[in-house]
Amino acid sequence: MHPNDCTKLRSHFIIFKTELCRAILLRTSRLTRINGKQDGLAILRPLIFRSPPMSSLPDLVCPAGSLPALKAAVDNGADAVYLGYKNDTNARNFAGLNFDAKTMVEGIRYAHAKGREVLMAINTFPQAGRIADWHKAVDGAVDQGVDAIILADIGLLDYARERHPQQRLHLSVQGSATSYEAINFCQREFGVRRAVLPRVLTLAQVEHVIKNTSVEIEVFGFGSLCVMNEGRCWLSSYACGESPNTVGACSPAKYVKWDKKPGTMETRLNGILIDRFGDDEPAGYPTLCKGRFEVQGETYYALEEPTSLNVLELLPDIIKIGVRAIKVEGRQRSPTYVAQVTRTLRAALDSARDSAERFHVKPAWQAELAKVSEGSQATLGAYNRPWR
Amino acid sequence: MNGNFTIPKFKLPGFVASLGHKLPQWPHALALVGVLNAALKMKLLPESELALLEEKLFRVRVLDTGGEATYTYRSGLFRPVFRPDREPDLAFAANLSAYLQMLARQEDPDTLFFNRELEITGDTELGLIVKNMLDAVEWPKRPHLPLVSS
Repeated sequence: MHPNDCTKLRSHFIIFKTELCRAILLRTSRLTRINGKQDGLAILRPLIFRSPPMSSLPDLVCPAGSLPALKAAVDNGADAVYLGYKNDTNARNFAGLNFDAKTMVEGIRYAHAKGREVLMAINTFPQAGRIADWHKAVDGAVDQGVDAIILADIGLLDYARERHPQQRLHLSVQGSATSYEAINFCQREFGVRRAVLPRVLTLAQVEHVIKNTSVEIEVFGFGSLCVMNEGRCWLSSYACGESPNTVGACSPAKYVKWDKKPGTMETRLNGILIDRFGDDEPAGYPTLCKGRFEVQGETYYALEEPTSLNVLELLPDIIKIGVRAIKVEGRQRSPTYVAQVTRTLRAALDSARDSAERFHVKPAWQAELAKVSEGSQATLGAYNRPWR
Repeated sequence: MNGNFTIPKFKLPGFVASLGHKLPQWPHALALVGVLNAALKMKLLPESELALLEEKLFRVRVLDTGGEATYTYRSGLFRPVFRPDREPDLAFAANLSAYLQMLARQEDPDTLFFNRELEITGDTELGLIVKNMLDAVEWPKRPHLPLVSS
């Protein structure tokens, strides 16, 4: 055997050992947490008191736009957090948000110490002449020891696969893969281990994808909805020349104006009037897709209403069809939101694990999630629409 | 995070605001600036973002107490502005309970904004910088208060 092969083998063994330890730690931490609290007996309880659940519980993947938000997610029962650098390599590139070198190290250490995973979103598309910035982000994520990198761009997936073959890669929702063919292609070409599905599929279609791929499937469980033409939406660019895919932000704040007048508030994006709210009307984010426009003499939400996705009602079905992870949207939200949503979904997931048949959505969970929803209303989105 | 104590949503009666308008406003500005400078001293606010606040004029208005505070950030210190000569770059307006809920990290600013309990006008990007800067602060643990946290 060539000495190089020996080193390679050893490094593979170390990676395997680390992965194994992490898997055990993750499993233990999930079993010993009931409603976000530590319970020493919990590890034995499923064996003693009831038969094990029919499917394993999906990971709860929560947003971290700052170190306090990361800690709030971990402390309230997230199995994994996702985060990004303070630059345009991720799709939540807002002023003052995200992690610098120091907070990144501390955040990863905090999550790993509690047996949780850290997923790094590098989910924008490299801009012409600046590919090195995105390569640097990928290399940095590997150096930091994140558990997976979430990528959307095919060129970057290829780079990551070639340069860091041992690194776990997830296909971002921005990658816009809605069919198992697209997902299996990314598995074959880039070794993608998990794909985040765009929010356009019905639950039956999600199940169809899962049945036809060995790639883990992650779906969105809660958070603001947009038109969901993920990775392909140019509405923000139409209004201001910048969009999530290019600069990492939809409707960047510098183009947004909230204009308060007696009795109303107007929202403008780069001068374009998007909406006008009465004093007692709930508001939404200042994006074109959530504007009210005059269409053939009628003024209404021509594309969609400000609303949030909320899958609590569908949780037992989502678990049954074998979804591997449930994602919460909202890296732009505060640590308070992260704590509220994580706590609620953790309780709901634990309750579904304990008894899928008797699972019912508690009004307190719905109330907590409705409160933090955009436009103060929630929907099941595409998951339960009758048409395809 | 909040122990067992939660701040309810409330609105003070109208006469408080009408009385509050007649009272001098400088104590509010002094108190607010004092707290912000204490946070500066404890190095809780990141310098890279602080630089973006230089010479900006901020106004915090508490609707149901009739109080307001105007201040600026200049050369490493927050300073009260008693007679502002221009419109603020960034203005917040909300009832007292909304501010308290935000400070205690009991409610999320976006939630309050969606529910129209918090009004943000002026330079939106500056607003986002301030919001995200405050969100990223790791406040020191509050001392254990047996009366409050029981």
